[in-house]
Amino acid sequence: MSARSDARALKTNRLVATFADLRRRGRKTLLPFLTAGYPSLDATRAILHEMEARGTRICELGVPFSDPVADGPIIQASYTEALAAGITSDKILDTVARYRREGGAMALLAMVSYSIVYRHGVDSWLRSARASGLDGVIIPDLPLNESSSLQPLAVSQGLCPVLLIAPTTPPDRRLAIARASRGFIYYVSVAGITGERSALPEATIAGVRELRTHTDTPICVGFGISSPDMVQTVCQVADGAIVGSAIVHRITDSKSLPTDQLAKKVGDFVAELLAPLL
Amino acid sequence: MSSDKRTPAARKGYFGPYGGQFVPETLMTALTQLDEQFRSAMADKAFRATLDSDLRTIAGRPSELYFCRRLTEQLGGAKIYLKREDMNHTGAHKINNTLGQALLTLRMGKRRVIAETGAGQHGVATATAAAVYGLECDVYMGSEDIRRQELNVFRMKLLGARVIPVESGQRTLKDATNEAMRDWMGSVEGTHYILGSVCGPHPFPTMVREFQSCIGREARKQMLKAEGRLPDLLVACVGGGSNAAGLFAPMIKDASVAMVGVEAGGRGLTPGEHAATLCQGAPGVLHGALTYVLQDADGQTAPVHSVSAGLDYPGVGPEHSYWKDTGRVRYTNRSDDQAIAALMTLARAEGIIAALESSHAVAEGLALAPTMGKDQIVLINLSGRGDKDCNEIAAILRRQGRL
Repeated sequence: MSARSDARALKTNRLVATFADLRRRGRKTLLPFLTAGYPSLDATRAILHEMEARGTRICELGVPFSDPVADGPIIQASYTEALAAGITSDKILDTVARYRREGGAMALLAMVSYSIVYRHGVDSWLRSARASGLDGVIIPDLPLNESSSLQPLAVSQGLCPVLLIAPTTPPDRRLAIARASRGFIYYVSVAGITGERSALPEATIAGVRELRTHTDTPICVGFGISSPDMVQTVCQVADGAIVGSAIVHRITDSKSLPTDQLAKKVGDFVAELLAPLL
Repeated sequence: MSSDKRTPAARKGYFGPYGGQFVPETLMTALTQLDEQFRSAMADKAFRATLDSDLRTIAGRPSELYFCRRLTEQLGGAKIYLKREDMNHTGAHKINNTLGQALLTLRMGKRRVIAETGAGQHGVATATAAAVYGLECDVYMGSEDIRRQELNVFRMKLLGARVIPVESGQRTLKDATNEAMRDWMGSVEGTHYILGSVCGPHPFPTMVREFQSCIGREARKQMLKAEGRLPDLLVACVGGGSNAAGLFAPMIKDASVAMVGVEAGGRGLTPGEHAATLCQGAPGVLHGALTYVLQDADGQTAPVHSVSAGLDYPGVGPEHSYWKDTGRVRYTNRSDDQAIAALMTLARAEGIIAALESSHAVAEGLALAPTMGKDQIVLINLSGRGDKDCNEIAAILRRQGRL
């Protein structure tokens, strides 16, 4: 599928529209990550609305999986707890639909294992995902080589299939991934699993800067970003900073609070992370 | 993309529709490098000569082909033979693969190896290879398996390896595999992951099968020498499926040889009570491969059970999925109790204490032999010895009031 025909299929996609708007206004953005259904589906919805009220434009929802190979201990523990509470991908899609009915307008992406997508049937899962109001999918265990049949299916549904580039990815492959990714390119800052880190490798900034010379597709950096300073540093070269474990960590710390107070705590932290970009 | 246009069967790293590389991007370069290094090593006479020599001097190959005279007489059917992988150094077939992969590690210039282990046999075999070749070694093992396999944990430590307990999930083989893959995500530059079975992303299923194929190559030759013909039936236990693949692959083109893979039937075929992935599962994705898996309707990995830690796994090598669908190999299962009964029968008739894993194959072989003619031959892969299981078996027999 050509980039041009994909652009037509994704014309009404919120993720594409949001980055276009940010570009026009010369802005960068934060992409917070939440474990969907953790500590509850109501909490997820409340946090989504709160983050939106604080200026978040794009959010990633992690679909809990029993065997998440790319995730560190914080996100893994949240997945285990959510699964034990009976969270399924269908319930998460229902929650997304409800968030939309309540007027939620952020661009939403699911971070979901291919194990789940495959089990439901690729076409059927993508269709349900789009129908619920999702705008993109990140499938961390579906690298470029294996994604050639899913990519056009996702695009034809109006979903952006986002691909990842790792520090270990060689230059020619980086280009191929950049060309195939839609919505944005997920640039993994460190070789390893997700988790909070105190500093970014210098190679990340150089890597993003180099990639920028090859593509107009937005580039967002994730893995290990945990503070406003790091968000600011990353966004000097990237279009967005993805923060996961640091947010889930705060949800874990406050999960016994009433939902509105939990949402406010998360909102406060997200506002801190967003501040350097406003 | 060009791969779309090729038929699935022709795609590299696939066995029919099964296999592939469903892993995070971070690992893709390492897998590509590993595939190249493996193929160049196998085409390199010097590498093969070193491997053959080390298999002889370190592992003690070739392993014996043993005729079970008393069992054959007792059962009155087919002649029963055992391929004695239990007599290898470290007590199982696992050493065949770890010597091969450790030599590859040296060839790639890496200095550290990691491994997952269930029963501890692969961990011990990895620790042994690491000691022999001077590599640093960390082994991930579920804490439930650490409890069940105390002796092997001690052996690994004695060999200089670090044993890292895994507390996630069911604390068994699947969880140890997750943790090893997570380690590899961050250490891939200087570390090789010695995966212990024909599972995982390409090239592991092919590479491990090749390193284990010495079992079937030897058995084929030994059988021709002993009986002047090939066996009628091969029987091997299947967890991930490496000993079975190693026995089956060199005879897969011999149409007269039937093959049975025996999975863990556990306490019965209700969900959570067994690990009979091919018998009870459906195609799905686990640990980097598209293959039969035990999952719930949402794609979450299901809990499994087997008395043998080495078979206690919700996935299976993708080539076995292919052999199942094509009908080349028949897959069945034997329960915990049947495995223990077979273990005792073999011990008393032939003086061999088999591993609990291998005892599943023994149970199937002993059940089929009497249904076959006296002129027929059944060959059972005795993939490991049971020393490691003695504490666990004693506890079970004590609970059942049989000891």
